[in-house]
Amino acid sequence: MIKLRHILGGATALLAAGFVLAAGADLGQAQKQATNWTAIVMFGIFVGITLLITKWAAAKTKTAADFYTAGGGITGFQNGLAIAGDYMSAASFLGISGLVFASGFDGLIFSIGWLVGWPVITFLMAERLRNLGKFTFADVAGYRFDPGPIRSFAAMGSLVVVAFYLIAQMVGAGQLIKLLFGLEYTLAVVMVGAIMMIYVLFGGMTATTWVQIIKAVMLLTGATFMALAVMFQFGFSPEAMFAKAVEVHAKQDAIMGPGALITDPVSAISVGMALMFGTAGLPHILMRFFTVPSAKEARKSVAWATTWIGYFYILTFIIGFGAITNLIPNPADYFVGGELAKGLKGGGNMAAVHLSKAVGGDLFMGFISAVAFATILAVVAGLTLSGASAVSHDLYASVWRKGKVDSATELRVSKITTVCLGILAVMLGIIFEKQNVAFMVMLAFAVACSANFPVLFMSVLWKDCTTKGAVAGGTVGLILSVALTIVSPAVWEATLGNPKGSALFPYASPAIFSMTAAFAVIWIVSLLDRSAQAAKERALFPAQLIRSETGVGSSSASGH
Amino acid sequence: MKDDIVERIQKNPKFLKMVSIRNNYSIIMSIMMMVVYFGYILLIAFNKPFLATKVSAGSVMSVGIPMGLGVLVFTIIITAIYVRRANTEFDAMKDDIVKEASK
Repeated sequence: MIKLRHILGGATALLAAGFVLAAGADLGQAQKQATNWTAIVMFGIFVGITLLITKWAAAKTKTAADFYTAGGGITGFQNGLAIAGDYMSAASFLGISGLVFASGFDGLIFSIGWLVGWPVITFLMAERLRNLGKFTFADVAGYRFDPGPIRSFAAMGSLVVVAFYLIAQMVGAGQLIKLLFGLEYTLAVVMVGAIMMIYVLFGGMTATTWVQIIKAVMLLTGATFMALAVMFQFGFSPEAMFAKAVEVHAKQDAIMGPGALITDPVSAISVGMALMFGTAGLPHILMRFFTVPSAKEARKSVAWATTWIGYFYILTFIIGFGAITNLIPNPADYFVGGELAKGLKGGGNMAAVHLSKAVGGDLFMGFISAVAFATILAVVAGLTLSGASAVSHDLYASVWRKGKVDSATELRVSKITTVCLGILAVMLGIIFEKQNVAFMVMLAFAVACSANFPVLFMSVLWKDCTTKGAVAGGTVGLILSVALTIVSPAVWEATLGNPKGSALFPYASPAIFSMTAAFAVIWIVSLLDRSAQAAKERALFPAQLIRSETGVGSSSASGH
Repeated sequence: MKDDIVERIQKNPKFLKMVSIRNNYSIIMSIMMMVVYFGYILLIAFNKPFLATKVSAGSVMSVGIPMGLGVLVFTIIITAIYVRRANTEFDAMKDDIVKEASK
């Protein structure tokens, strides 16, 4: 159990690397810094290009619709790449390849979990979201529900998910940049916050989309090159690669079979549920569906996104094995003190970065480091934009001003929120520097699947669902998922420092309980709801059904 | 004008038929995905030795690896199959219904 949690942590976080650093270990930084100019220059080029794009996007960002959804003019293919760019975080690139490097097969189990949420979005959500929503996923639930409570709840659900995700990204960014570029942690966090704010503030969704597309292309190109280089070494024979890996790896043949990642079935199912249904409740991902002009394009987006993300995970598996076969035989170059037992320089998450040097030299390592940094920027920009839209569109424009607000004012509020969120993100990044935030991405998924997903699912597909039911169930899911995570071993013992075995909740993820509870409460409260408002909401279902299924009357995202 | 369309779509039996065909299809596809994924996870939870079995005598690769990669590929393919059918067949049905209602 403890092992499971430990490995989950490893995969979600750059933090393992961070911890080694925070502990003050000398990782041969001086030597690394010397070569890092390549990385800094490449990253500078990336920032330069994306800032030019932001300038171009700024000229096109005039209304709230431009800001939130790029005017709805993104094609399915572009959006698919942007979704992939939004989703393939540094944690999944460095974390999964690092997990494969450490345990072989177990890394594959983890990457499968990160992919299986996509078909669920495709089959159940994508088209209906596009047809019912305008700017945020609260629009979908708000179609027939009382806007005040449902939007307040949805904004809360979005902000909680965004906050946890953002902390994990910011802390990861600081640690990673410290490691790759040799910059100060605080400086790195401030840089990420500042550059991200420029993208979002001036270029809105258009700039964010293109940053994500460029990052996705860079990451896929770099990873493809690494995987091909590794396969080339073995004459494109997986068998030869595995044989060599088993020969050099300390765990020998054990890396070919399942290890400690999955131990008890309850945790396995619970983590699986969080990943599978949580993806369909992530606000920054859901928001991307409003950037395309039609349901058809929305479906194309997910098909492309799933393809790229799946392809990427296959590459990370090869990269992890490539790291085993290339790095372990050369301990002097890649391991602390030249000793295998002391682990990789910079920690387990550096496997892919070291491999990039092994197969492509300093120049390519610079490229991969720059890609890792760009990756964080793209994810953080998407998160901030969705957080800003939850505040300005749901809370300010819809709840507080009851929809009586012009586009210019709403746009101004979004920009103010963006600045506030940017500053908040930097502050959280600094506050959590020394904390173990490995659990936070899993927590974001747990909240997304226990609060956002059940409300969306029931409001769209169940005719008897009412505002009271949705808000009550969603709130129960939200509170339960956070509370159970706090008393789970990952937080209670590993983060808060309580003794081993003292955690009240023994499993790795609360999803199996919190998501089930959310659905049950939505169902019961809706059934018991006999108010006039509930009758009105049920009567609106047929019209909602027609719009969600056919798109008749759906808002053209261009804002005409 | 718009309300008219909504009302006519609602009265068109083809609409409910389309919704039920498509919902059934979505649900079947979702269940297939869940069976494959949770099946794989439970197999790992309950039968690790099976997954560590070698693909063939004398090989290094275990059965679990092609199976795992198979789940990834399955995920991509099942998504593509759904999108293909929805973007052609279902969209044609939908266009047909909307056109009838707009007349």
